[in-house]
Amino acid sequence: MSTAPVLEVRDLCVSYGKVEALHHVSLKVETGQIVTVIGPNGAGKTTLLSAIMGVLPRSQGEIAYLGHAQREIEVERMVAQGMTLVPESRALFGEMTVEDNLLLGAFMRHRLGHRDERATMAQVFEIFPRLRERHTQMAGTLSGGERQMLAVGRALMARPRLLLLDEPSLGLAPLIVREIFRIVADLKKSGVAVLLVEQNARAALQIADYGYVLETGEVAISGPSDQLQDDPKVIESYLGLGGKH
Amino acid sequence: MDFQIALLLGQDGITNGAIYALLALALVLVFAVTRVIFIPQGEYVAFGALTLAALQAGKLPGTLWLLLGMGIAVAAIDLALAVRRGTARRIPAIVGWNIVYPAALTALLWLVKPAELPLPAQVLLALAVVVPLGPMVYRLAYQPLAEASVLVLLIVSVAVHLTLVGLGLLFFGAEGSRTPAFSEGNLEIAGLTISGQTIWVVIASLALIVTLYQLFERTLYGKALRATAINRVGARLMGISTTMAGKLSFLLAAAIGAFSGILIAPITTIYYDTGFLIGLKGFVGAIIGGLASYPVAAAGAVLVGLLESFSSFYASAFKEVIVFTLIIPVLLWRSLTTRHVEEVE
Repeated sequence: MSTAPVLEVRDLCVSYGKVEALHHVSLKVETGQIVTVIGPNGAGKTTLLSAIMGVLPRSQGEIAYLGHAQREIEVERMVAQGMTLVPESRALFGEMTVEDNLLLGAFMRHRLGHRDERATMAQVFEIFPRLRERHTQMAGTLSGGERQMLAVGRALMARPRLLLLDEPSLGLAPLIVREIFRIVADLKKSGVAVLLVEQNARAALQIADYGYVLETGEVAISGPSDQLQDDPKVIESYLGLGGKH
Repeated sequence: MDFQIALLLGQDGITNGAIYALLALALVLVFAVTRVIFIPQGEYVAFGALTLAALQAGKLPGTLWLLLGMGIAVAAIDLALAVRRGTARRIPAIVGWNIVYPAALTALLWLVKPAELPLPAQVLLALAVVVPLGPMVYRLAYQPLAEASVLVLLIVSVAVHLTLVGLGLLFFGAEGSRTPAFSEGNLEIAGLTISGQTIWVVIASLALIVTLYQLFERTLYGKALRATAINRVGARLMGISTTMAGKLSFLLAAAIGAFSGILIAPITTIYYDTGFLIGLKGFVGAIIGGLASYPVAAAGAVLVGLLESFSSFYASAFKEVIVFTLIIPVLLWRSLTTRHVEEVE
């Protein structure tokens, strides 16, 4: 029995005016998979996530989510269907408490009639005990690592089927990066599919099942992540000496 | 000036200040959520007062026709969009709010003879007519331009203001109206007579401010509005649509405006264009709060009320001049003390 992939992108093109940022990109995320997109700055990684989420319009291509082709992609509609994006900027509500930030993560679920935000919050606190300690604190006063935890925790409040993560390691100390990645790897066990965009290729490939290398708006290489970790071109450009360790 | 006069002026100032405070809060709310400088805020004050007066005079208020007309316009646009986008499940809500509700309200006003109803029922009916005009104006005038710059939105506001004032003249004529006081009694404290309506205004304003505070602090939708004001991108990613937040803030602004008009209608005669000046004074209060801080805006608005009433005693010909001149030192102080932050999107 085969089930439809959580996300299937075919021939996606996105342009900013005349400049084409994504050129016929295709990728697939299967149920319970972590898929990573690595590549240099400006390769179009963030654009890819924005187009999937509906923040940016696509100029061409098909996006199927949970087996359904999406005719018109609107952010609110994607959120309602269980897709959540954690943007690179984290986009927290700085002058609100950690708890309120989390509650708002469940806004759409609440609107759709689910009343389980307290139970979900308890689960998020299990994953990020630090957030429980800080629950009355303003989000703007958190440290960088805590902010990222809050951004991911807030996204989990929506009980997503697919989590889009944009550079979760950006600006964080190595120890905290390791913790965040461990948590992302754990999410897989709860059945959440993850599409992870990263510059930290080594860390991303270690937890991912499948990887795509995006260069100047096109998929240059793709394959299972242990294969990519051994690929000479990937090692040379993104992993540096030593490769997999 | 003796003590007695000072107390009287103070009472006047606080009464007007309470109204300006309500309007200042509405202006801050609308700006924070939608970046719209809501010049037509005052029109809702006039519409609220004049709609109530019309109901009491046994007439169907012109605002009712506006509600019917705008409802049809909104429904036509939204239905066309729903068909084009294949979102048929939205059709019942669109028809319900924009066609069925105004039609049902018209039928109700026709049948019940509002003039014979008790005052609280009349107030509710007046609000039922005027408040939905808030989200409808947002839908028609601002939503298509939601991503435009603050300046463009300001220009739209001027246009909406002029349109609504014109419609006000058409609906209610050039004569002003005054409605009977909520209660006829007066209160005597230490030799000073305080009119019942003054007490009504102050208490109702305070109650409304507390309600708003609770709404923003305790309810999920209130928090969603604050979230949109803090980080629009983040709010959208939570599924809080910019459109929903915009409509909700305009609904609250219209409710606050209409309610303010109903509160002051027994104190001052309201004309079709009175709202503008009242709204502008609320705006001065909102500017004192930097269009961002609710408590400072409210306090600033009370200050505007006091300044107005005392300057009407000393130099009544210049009272508006004095009030609006206040904005210059405030702006100077603001621009000198606050760090300029570029708008980030």
